[in-house]
This record gives sequence, C-alpha cells and structure tokens, in this order.
Amino acid sequence: MTLPLLQVRNMSHDFGGLRAVRDYNLEIGSGQIRGLIGPNGAGKTTIFNLITGIYKPSEGEIFLDGRKIDGLPPNRIASGGVGRTFQNLLLWRHMTVLEHVKMAHYSKIRYGLFGAFFGTPARHREEAGIEEKAVRLLDRMGIRHLADQVVLNLPYGAQRRVEMARALATEPRVLLLDEPTAGMNPEELVQIMEIIRRVHGEFGLAILLIEHRMKVVMELCDTIQTLDFGAVIAEGTPGEIQNNPRVIDAYLGQERAD
Amino acid sequence: MTSRVPLLGWFFGAMAAVALERLAGTPLAQVLGLQKIPVLFGFSVMLKNPVLIPNVILYMLIIYAVPTAVVTRLSISPANGIAASLYRFPLVVTATVHLALLYAILHVWAGVSDYRVLVLRLTLIAIMLTLSLNVVNGYMGEFSCSHPGFMALGAYCASVLTIGLFVNAKLLGTASLPPALGPFLFPAALVLGGVVASIGALLVAVPSFRTRGDYLAIISLAFLFIVKSLIENLEFVRGPRGLSGQPDLADLPTVFLWTVLCVWSVNNFVRSTVGKALNAVRDNEMAADAMTVDTRRTKMVAFLFAAFWAGVAGGLFAHVMRYVNPGNFGIQNLAEVLAMVYFGGLNSVYGSIVGAVSISLLGEALRPLEIFKWIVIPLLLILVMIFRPTGLIAFRDLDVRNLLQPKRKQDGEA
Repeated sequence: MTLPLLQVRNMSHDFGGLRAVRDYNLEIGSGQIRGLIGPNGAGKTTIFNLITGIYKPSEGEIFLDGRKIDGLPPNRIASGGVGRTFQNLLLWRHMTVLEHVKMAHYSKIRYGLFGAFFGTPARHREEAGIEEKAVRLLDRMGIRHLADQVVLNLPYGAQRRVEMARALATEPRVLLLDEPTAGMNPEELVQIMEIIRRVHGEFGLAILLIEHRMKVVMELCDTIQTLDFGAVIAEGTPGEIQNNPRVIDAYLGQERAD
Repeated sequence: MTSRVPLLGWFFGAMAAVALERLAGTPLAQVLGLQKIPVLFGFSVMLKNPVLIPNVILYMLIIYAVPTAVVTRLSISPANGIAASLYRFPLVVTATVHLALLYAILHVWAGVSDYRVLVLRLTLIAIMLTLSLNVVNGYMGEFSCSHPGFMALGAYCASVLTIGLFVNAKLLGTASLPPALGPFLFPAALVLGGVVASIGALLVAVPSFRTRGDYLAIISLAFLFIVKSLIENLEFVRGPRGLSGQPDLADLPTVFLWTVLCVWSVNNFVRSTVGKALNAVRDNEMAADAMTVDTRRTKMVAFLFAAFWAGVAGGLFAHVMRYVNPGNFGIQNLAEVLAMVYFGGLNSVYGSIVGAVSISLLGEALRPLEIFKWIVIPLLLILVMIFRPTGLIAFRDLDVRNLLQPKRKQDGEA
C-alpha cells in the first residue's frame, strides 16, 4: 500500500473549554478530491487552520508524505507543499495581481539578502524567471490581462481567481480550498468549477474542498466527509452522503431527501 | 509638452538656472534691492520684510523660472538624443551620468553660501532617515519610534572612532593616525555606527515581533529614552554636555554619495520579491504565511536594515554639525522624521524624498516666523492628512529605468 500524501491521525483541538475538532482522521492521496461539508461552526475551517499550522492541534498528528508537519510554522508547512485559499479572501490590498503570484515563490528565492539590497545580476535573472512563471500561471487562470491591476479594484470573481492562482504558485501537492465559490454568481460558479477541474487534472493535486453548494461538492468530489460539532458523522461517496439519514438530519435538511 | 521632456532635459534647465545665479545673482540681487542672493528662495527675506516680496518674486522668475523653462524647452530634442544614446549603456553607467549631473547642479547651487551647503547636507541626511523609517512605518506597516535612538547610536559610535583616531582630544588621548587617512576610514566608522544601530534594533525587534499590534511602538519609544539617558549618563562621551570636535569629514560629496547609496539599496530591497514580502506581511500576515513567506525573518531583516541606515545617517549628522549632544536625538527629532514620512507618502521612495526635502526646507525657510513655524508646519501636515491620508506620493514604485529613459514623441503625433 502506498503512503497517503496527507494523513491526519486522531486530531483534536480545543478553544478554551470548547472542543472544536474531535478525533478527526483523514487520508488523501494524489489526484483525489475530498469534500468537507457541514453546518456553520462545525469546525471545517478550523481543520484547515490546523493542517496549515495556524493553530497547533491539542492532540493528534499530521503527516505530509510521511513527514510529521504538525508543530511546524505555517510558512514551512506551505513551502512543504500545502497550499490554501481563504474563505474571506485574504488578499494583499496594495499589491498587484502579478505581485501576488510572484510572492508565492518566496521560499524558493535563492539570491538572498545580498541580492535584495544590491540588485545583483543573479537576482535580476531569478526575478525574471519568477515573473515568467507567474505570467504563465496567470495565463492559465485566464487573468493575465489583469496582471498589473491592484487587487482591490477587481471584481469578486477575479479576486477569487487571484487567490487560487496565488495558492497554485506555491506549487502545492495538497490544495485546501475554503469555499471557493462563496459569493459567486452562477456564471462565475461554472467557471471556477472548470478551473478546479483543470488544475486538478493538470497538476495532479490532492484537493480538500470546503463547500456549501451541494451541486459543486457532488460534482467535483470523489468522497465527502460530513462534519457536525467538530466530529465526522459520515464519510462516503456523494451518493452515499446524500442518502445518509444523519447527514440529512444535521445538514442537508429533510426537504432535500424527499 | 512636459511629458516629452526627459529627466536629462530638466537637469539641463536646472543647470542653466544655477549657473546663471552664480554669474549674475549678486548684481541682480543688488539691483533689486535685496543686498545679496536670497539663500533659500527668498522666504526669509519675504517674511522679514514683506515690502520686498515683488522683488524676490522677480528675482525668482529671472534667475530660476525663466532660464529653467527656456533651456528645458530648447533642450528637448538634444536631451532626448543624449538620453537615448546613454540608455543603450548598462543602467549603472546611465544612472551615474545622471547622478553626476545632479550633483553638479547641487554643488553649483550650494556654492553660493556656506549656509546653503549646510542646509543641503542636512536635507540629504533627512532623506536617508525618512526613507529608512518609511521601510518600517510604510512598507512594513508597523509603527516604530526609535529612529532617533538608532541615529544617536550611529552618531556617537562614528564620532568616538573618528575623534579617537584623528583628533588630539581629551577623549582618547592623542591622535593615533594621521588626519590624511580620515576620508578613507570614515566609511568604516559610518558602517560601524550603522552596525551598532542594527544591534540596538535587534534588542527592540526580538521582543516586539513575537506578536502584531502596538508592541513595537511602545518598546521602540522606550528604547529611544533608554539610549538617550544612557548617553546622558556616560561620562566617557561627556554626558549631556555633548561631544564636539569631530573632524570635518562629511563634506557635500560624501553626504551625497551616502544618500545615493541609501536610496539605491532601499529601492533595490523594496522592489525585490523579498522586500515586497513586507507589503504582504502588512496587508495580511496570515496570507503571507500561507504563501511560504517567513514573516518573522522578513520583519527582523527590514527593521535591522532600517536601523542600519538610521545609524549611518546619525554618523553623517555628527560630522556635519561637528557637535552632538543627547538632546539632538529626542522626541522633537522623532516628530520631525515622522512628519517627513507621513507628509511625503507611505510606501514610496519618491514620497520620502519629497517629504524630507519639503519639510527640511520649509523648516529652514520659515525660521523667521520663530515659534509660529511650529503652527504652520503641523497645519500643513493636517491638511495633507485630510486630503491625502497616505501622504503626497504614496504607494508609488521608483523604477530607475523608466525614470531615465528618453521620452519620444507619441506614435499618434508622428
């Protein structure tokens, strides 16, 4: 049996007296898309924050490619290959689209402080290389024409794409998408699903997806975990989840099952 | 029309004006009843004697405005030609030629009086201070108050070294090296001052960058007072009486060169992806972390870098004034540098230059107003804050290549 790319073992997390995540387990291999659904406050985003190192789990372990990553600082986990987007769009408001994508190459920069202060030829070569890669990625995401725009001026759908491009530029092996379609109109929704499918196909990523729109989850995911009060209450294929009585009770609602 | 003038064209115009002043300034001033060349664009004359306002304006027109405009206009096409041929050389060569010309203009302008030379040197030092503080308060978005402290560390370190080595003073006995070596060892003294300031910055940075928030402002303010009272109580550097007798090493070319070095390295830094990480940390630290940016290292490096330049600026300041005392590096100095940063514009090299030059020149020009100066300048600052909350020229990149390129006719016109 091959080792799963990302493995979470018996992870729990407490906020003061509140157990936000309870005994959570996950195994995800390259090329899989895993959905994470559940009512508001179920602990979905907390799980993302635990995996990416923003919080340290109270209990349990996380492995990336067999290497233990829990307890590492967030930037080390990110450069190790865990990319993410944020639910409420954490873009850098004064920076351009191109600068966003270039920034995601930070951990790979080799010219060091000397190059940064004195503008050595090595630095110019390296910056040019990063820029070329960034432009290519923007092209693939269909936002190349926005490269020199400051993100603050962009429409919401474009901002979502910038966030996705930025996450992909870290060259992740596991991509965590936190509600990538939130606030999008139906047209943008179709586009973003297309993009997720495409990056999944082209990059062969493992994707963990938090999403409230059932249509998106059901269409994209191989398997789905349902979370309620920090614990997984059901796990299975989209078909199984849709018909699971506990999921219907906790999240989907009675009408949907009728 | 101005969009077709290359930077070189403006330099030619300015050169003509300062050369004219050198040749015809004194006779013209006497004809206009001004006794001598008005040193800082006539502000002090106008404020002391309002009757002379028309004469000063006439002088400004004849000496500065008209020659600059005429020569700039006439030189558009030759300047563009020269700029274009210079542009084919590596950027270093092009930039050096421009800087040499800029220095020549400043040299001729300042040559009229010692007062101008002094003001110019202090203004250049103010540019270094403002720019280095902008790295922390603008680019990184933290609020640091310890800049005068770093400056004091730099000033005292460099002074002790140069006085000790080159001057027969009570401080460190007789001079151990011939004064002729001064200009060669002065850079080392300045760099040492900068390094000591950086070490001081490390003491501030380690506790303050553990978390975000107001900690840096509080700790750095405390640091400023600690440095000041440390020096006041250090009999070795003559405590509150101050340290004097620094050798005259910080002449105009030296200060100009160091300022260029400072602007160049800061601009290099903030335009690199490593430096842009400061913006990412400022705008959203969590996102920066998730995009592989080592946020703690980024903040430390920027803070130490800023402190280094503040230290160098302090060393230069000590050798321009040739006297420093702890009172030079207090809250008033902090307020001035902060005003320059916020007036000129956050997150912008242009802004820092504009802020430092305008506030220093204004401070000198309004000197006849005495205490009212401190009403006029804050009022101006308030106006800027109301109409342009981030400062006059904020969030603008300084792209040297773009700045120096020839300006061709637009395709439509040809």
